[in-house]
Amino acid sequence: MPREFARLYEVSMSDELYDEHILDHFESPYHKGHLDHPTIAHEDKNPLCGDEVHLELLVDENRRVKEAWFDGHGCAISQAAASILTHEIEGKTIDELKEFTAPHMLDLLKVRLTASRQKCGLLGFKILKTMIYTLDERKPTVSP
Amino acid sequence: MTATLTTTGYDVEAIRRDFPILAKPLPNGASLVYLDNGATAQKPGLVIEKMVECLENYTANVHRGIHALGDRVTTELEAAREKVRQFIGAAEAEEIIFTSGTTMSINLVANAWGRKFLQAGDELLLNEMEHHANLVPWQQIAHECGATLRFIPLTADGRLDLSALDDVLTDRTKLVAVTGLSNVLGTVNPIGEIAARAKARGALVLVDGAQSVPHSITNVRSPDIDFLGFSGHKLYGPTGIGVLYGKRKLLEKMDPFLCGGNMIRRVQKMSSDFAEIPSKFEAGTLPITEAIGLGAAIDYVQSVGLAAIAGHEDSLMRQAYRQLSEIPGLTIVGPAPDFRGGIVSFTVEGVHPHDMAELLDRKGVAVRAGHHCTMPLHDWLKVNSTTRASFAAYNTPAEVDALCDAIHYARKVFRLA
Repeated sequence: MPREFARLYEVSMSDELYDEHILDHFESPYHKGHLDHPTIAHEDKNPLCGDEVHLELLVDENRRVKEAWFDGHGCAISQAAASILTHEIEGKTIDELKEFTAPHMLDLLKVRLTASRQKCGLLGFKILKTMIYTLDERKPTVSP
Repeated sequence: MTATLTTTGYDVEAIRRDFPILAKPLPNGASLVYLDNGATAQKPGLVIEKMVECLENYTANVHRGIHALGDRVTTELEAAREKVRQFIGAAEAEEIIFTSGTTMSINLVANAWGRKFLQAGDELLLNEMEHHANLVPWQQIAHECGATLRFIPLTADGRLDLSALDDVLTDRTKLVAVTGLSNVLGTVNPIGEIAARAKARGALVLVDGAQSVPHSITNVRSPDIDFLGFSGHKLYGPTGIGVLYGKRKLLEKMDPFLCGGNMIRRVQKMSSDFAEIPSKFEAGTLPITEAIGLGAAIDYVQSVGLAAIAGHEDSLMRQAYRQLSEIPGLTIVGPAPDFRGGIVSFTVEGVHPHDMAELLDRKGVAVRAGHHCTMPLHDWLKVNSTTRASFAAYNTPAEVDALCDAIHYARKVFRLA
């Protein structure tokens, strides 16, 4: 495959990754900070590059996300993605968020990520999915 | 080390022509700027051709076949072992054990020597700049044997603080495990002084040569070291092959680590006698083609001259250190050029190392970003990752310029310039 080497770089030398959308969210994140009384909080890190994201949700009695906040540090992709995620999920119910998929999350970033950078782009998403699982486990059992 | 080593007579363009990947144009017409040599080096045609020759002409297992193929491949493999012996100045070829790489080499010592000879109360002397491969195996074996890990402190600029060595090197110290060249800080460690002082206390010395062996002349008898591990792939050879050097008298006392074929003399149902070294530590089929490829890589390095390569890399490092220091917001980790090899790691305020590496890649400059398998060192540095440029025989001053230009570009993308 004589063209293999050049083809590798045709993908990775495209300039689209750090577009305005990502950099705007990185520089001026939506809801970066903490809630006073989150319904649920969880964090995770990407050991590859040391990205850390902490996510907090305020969920109302109808299981709707009233507010979503994040905190963390790391590369622009991981932090911008967490910001985009908090904006996206507010107002949605936990059941609606179960339908929220990784490809959907990647679409919201509006850039094409290489396989290794998808871990950065999906860090907040992964935390959200863990939270949804935990909330389901916590679901109060119906009293007899 | 002298202030500046000239590279007069070093024909880097001729060397570049030896590496097929460097002749392949990027989509923008430029050629690859490969500065991730600390992770793995590119392979010269000589190595690739030798491995193809082996695969096409004498694929067979070693030390077994009576047929002509087996005879030839065994001769080639043992010739490669002899090349390694010469390259590192070992006394005997039997002291050269083929492993899968530095990690396996150190694990072999930790398990085969440590498990047999370490006792509760014994101490192992390490330091915070070690790669995980020269830390985690010792943590595990110390835990198992009740031994204690102690650490040589680092100076503020990232060198071993030998003024504090006597506080941590005691009569209980059984082994000092130290890297020849830090894969992040670039620090060249004074192995001679460490070895002499360790010997005076009766401790053994293991050198992690993953970074130092490809970039400086190593002689295991001067300074006197007991174990040396290194990898083929950072020495322009293939992956999957590495070396453990150990002194005969030590290797003979150690029990096998991995057991199976090739490492036995006689096997009965309930017990076995083991083969002589090196076979005792080479259970199963070796990475034969890779070992022969490593032999070719050593031939290549010696044809260029390791001292000449080291001088060339030193001048690139000094250029990089100087030019990087001028970039706003950029901080180099580790000591001044006089104390380092061809590695320069740094942070740039406002650009995470992963974003930096990705943006440099867009300019065709390949570097490494992350913790480089040295989490304790990054804790010590109080940063969670760094970007690393590491040099090899084929890099050029123009590539150092390209690195700096690409960092300026990254700062622009991040609206910092």
